[in-house]
Amino acid sequence: MRARILFSLLIFCSVSALFPPAHAQVTSERLLNSAKEPQNWLTYSGDYSGRRFTALDQINSKNVSSLAAKWVYQTGATGKLETTPLVVDGILYATAQDNRAFALDARTGRPIWMYQRAVPADIRPCCGHVNRGLAILGDKVFLGTLDAHVIALDSKTGNVIWDIVAADYRTGYSFTVAPLAVKNLVVLGVSGGEYGVRGFIDAYDANTGDRKWRFYTVPGPGEPGHETWEGDSWKVGGAPAWNTGTYDAVTNQIFWPTGNPAPSNRGAGRAGDNLYSNSLLALDADTGKMNWYFQFTKHDEHDWDATEIPMMIDAGNRHLIAQANRNGFFYVLDRTSGKLVSANAYGKITWSDSKDAEGRPVAKKEASPTLEGHTVCPGALGTTNFMAPTYDPQTSLFYVTARDQCDIFSTAPQPYEAGHAFYGSAYFPSDEAEPYRGFLKAIDPATGEIKWKFEHTSPTWSGALSTAGGLVFTGDAEGNFIALDAASGKPLWHFQMGGAVYAAPMAFAVDGKEYVAIAAGSAVYAFALP
Amino acid sequence: MPKTKTLLLLATILLLGMAGARAADEGNPLGKDPKAAKAGEYEFRINCALCHGLGAHGGGRGPDLTRAQKKHAHSDAELFQVISNGIPGTVMPANGTNGQGVGMTDEEIWQIITYIRSVEVKASATPVGNAAHGKELFYGDANCSLCHMVEGKGGRIGPDLSSVGGSRTRDAIIDSVRNPSRRLAWGLTESTKEFPQEYETVTVVTAEGKEIKGVALNEDNFSVQIIDSSEQVYLLDKDKLRSFKKSRESLMPIYAPDLLSDKDLNDIVAYLISVGAK
Repeated sequence: MRARILFSLLIFCSVSALFPPAHAQVTSERLLNSAKEPQNWLTYSGDYSGRRFTALDQINSKNVSSLAAKWVYQTGATGKLETTPLVVDGILYATAQDNRAFALDARTGRPIWMYQRAVPADIRPCCGHVNRGLAILGDKVFLGTLDAHVIALDSKTGNVIWDIVAADYRTGYSFTVAPLAVKNLVVLGVSGGEYGVRGFIDAYDANTGDRKWRFYTVPGPGEPGHETWEGDSWKVGGAPAWNTGTYDAVTNQIFWPTGNPAPSNRGAGRAGDNLYSNSLLALDADTGKMNWYFQFTKHDEHDWDATEIPMMIDAGNRHLIAQANRNGFFYVLDRTSGKLVSANAYGKITWSDSKDAEGRPVAKKEASPTLEGHTVCPGALGTTNFMAPTYDPQTSLFYVTARDQCDIFSTAPQPYEAGHAFYGSAYFPSDEAEPYRGFLKAIDPATGEIKWKFEHTSPTWSGALSTAGGLVFTGDAEGNFIALDAASGKPLWHFQMGGAVYAAPMAFAVDGKEYVAIAAGSAVYAFALP
Repeated sequence: MPKTKTLLLLATILLLGMAGARAADEGNPLGKDPKAAKAGEYEFRINCALCHGLGAHGGGRGPDLTRAQKKHAHSDAELFQVISNGIPGTVMPANGTNGQGVGMTDEEIWQIITYIRSVEVKASATPVGNAAHGKELFYGDANCSLCHMVEGKGGRIGPDLSSVGGSRTRDAIIDSVRNPSRRLAWGLTESTKEFPQEYETVTVVTAEGKEIKGVALNEDNFSVQIIDSSEQVYLLDKDKLRSFKKSRESLMPIYAPDLLSDKDLNDIVAYLISVGAK
C-alpha cells in the first residue's frame, strides 16, 4: 500500500517536472530587478521608480492599429474601478471595489481565485468604495481594505494568511492604496483626509503581519513640525497617504506623498504650515525615520492633496524626483537632499503668482475660500489627481492626465465629530464658467515645457502607460482605450470599452505574447496583437 | 402565565414597531430646529450645492429646492428616501455616491431636510401668467415647439421641456429663453461618466463636402452623433470629416423682449409650470 502511494507521488512529481509551475516566489531581489523581467508587472507602477514604463515593444507604433481585445473579465463591482493589475509568471492579480481581490489566468482572463471581505454597512469612504491594487512578495499578495485592515492572501488560493487591523474605520480610516512591498516589508498609507484622521504610513512584516514601523504624517507634541498646528488641531490634522510611493534602493529611502490637512477647505483653527500635509516624505525603509520632507502646498485650503506618484528620474548625475502636483505645478526635486530644482505650471492656475526664495509657488491671500464663495483654479479635484503618470526614457517625456477646471470655494464651518465628514467648506464647479477641459500632457521634466497635449472630449480619470514600442496608452471618460504616438501625441488606435476609465494601464507578456491591460466600467480588459 | 407574558411582549414589540413607522411617516425628528437648519445648510453646501446651488436655488443641474412643490418628494419621509437612494433615471445620486461628498448620516440628512424646509418659498396664490395663452404661443407664434417637445408633442433638436416647469425656477427658465447660450442644457448622462453631454452646437463638413449643423447627442474622442434641424440623426467618425467645429453658442435663437414680450414669456413659463406640476 505504502509502496503504491509512494509510486503515485513519484509519478505526480515527475509530471510536475514536465510542466514547470507557473508560480515562482516573488523575492525582494526580483522586485528590485524588475527591469530584468519585463514580461511581469510586479508593483503598482511597474517598478520602484514609479515610471509606469514597459520595456516590451512587440506592440509598437507600426502595428498598434491591429491591436485587438483578447479577453474581458467582469468584476461584478459597481462604481469606480481604479485597480492596476500585477502580473507574475502568467497570473494576473487585481482588486475591485468593496474589498475584492482576484487572480486570473493572464492569457484568458479566467479566474483562479476570488476573495472578498465583507464591507461594514456603516462605512463611508469619501470617494467611492475603491481600491487601486495589490502588492506581491513571496507567495502572498497584500490588500488594504476599506475597513482599514491589511490582509495577506495566499497568491495561489486567495486564502487569508494574516489579517490585521491598522486603525478604526468608524473614525474615518480606510485603505484604498495599492501597498508597496520593499525588502521584507509591506508599506502602505491610510486614507481619510475628509474625516479628520491623523494620517500615517505603516510598514508590516510580510511574513507575520507584525507592524515594524509607523510614521505619523502629523507630528505629535514634542516632535519637530508639531508647532505648525494651532492648538489641538493636529489631533484631527488629516494628511492621509493614500497613493503608492516609490523606493530608492541606493539610499534605502521610501518616497511617500501625503494629502490635505483637515478640514480640507478651511484653514481657520489650524493656523500654520500644517506639516507634513501635502508633502513628499523621504523615509528610511528599515525604520520609517524621516530624512527630509518637501511641502508643496502650505496650509492648504483647496483640498490639493500632494498624493500624486513621486517619480524617480535621473538626468546625468542628478538623481531627481518629479511630481505633477494637484495644485497645478510640476515639481522637480533633488531626491538626495529634497531641495527644489524647479516648479512650473502645467495647467490653468490662479492661486499663485509669485515664488519664494527657494522657488516654491506661494499662495495669494485672496485665494482663500470665502463664505460667499469665489472661484479658484485649479478646482478641488486639481490639475491632476490619483491618475498615474508615466515617464518614457526613450522620449525623456513625462506624461500626465490633466484638467482645466475651476471651482467655487465656499466655507461651511463644521465641528469635528469622529467618523463624520470634516470638510469645513464646499466646492463646486461654476456652471457659467467655460467647460472643463481634459488632456494628456507630455512634459519635458528638464524645462517644464509642455511638448504636446492630447485634448479629450471631457476630463478623464485615466492614468497612462508608456512603452518601448513608442506608444503612450491612456483611457477616456467616454470609455475609449487609446494608443498615442509617444513623440507626437497623435492617436494611433482606440477601442470602445463601454465604461469610463478610472484606472491606469499596464503591460505584460505570457508565452512571448505582449498584452496591455486596463480596467474600465466594471471590467478588466486585455489587448494583444492578433 | 408565560403565554400571557409572550403575548404582552409581542404586543409591545408591535406597538413599538408601529410607533417607529409612524415617526418616519410623520417626518423629520428634528422638526424646525434652527440649529439643525444651520447644520443642514453647511451639509447642503458640501453635499448638494454642486447641483442644487448655494441657497438651494438650483444650480442649473439640479432643481430649485426652495419651491414648496417638489416633483419627486412631498413629505419629509419621501425627501429622506430621495436623498438616501437617489432618483433612478435622473442624475440625482444616492447618498455618498456622487464622488463629491462623503455621504451623510441619517441625522445629517434630517438636518438637510430641516434646512430645505426653512428656505422653501410658497408659490404665489395668483398665477403669474396665462398658461392657456402660453400653450398657444409655445405651439404657435413663438415657435418653441419647432425644437422642443412637451408631453410627446413638438420638435426633437432641443431638450424635452415636459418637466422643466417642475424643476427649474421661473427665473432660470426666463434666463434660458433670453440668454440660451449662458448655460447649455444637459443631455445624455452616462452612468460611469463624470460629465453629461451638453446641448453644444456642432458644425461638420463630411468627406463628400456636405455641411451638417446640429446638436451633439453624444460625442467622444473619435465619433460624434448629431441631430440636425430637420431631425436627421448622423453617426460620424471624426477622422473621416473634413472639418469638425463645436460651439457653446446655442442653436436656439436669443428671444429678446422685442421678439417675445415679457408678458408673452410669462405666459409660456406659466404653461411650462402648469405641465411640470403634473
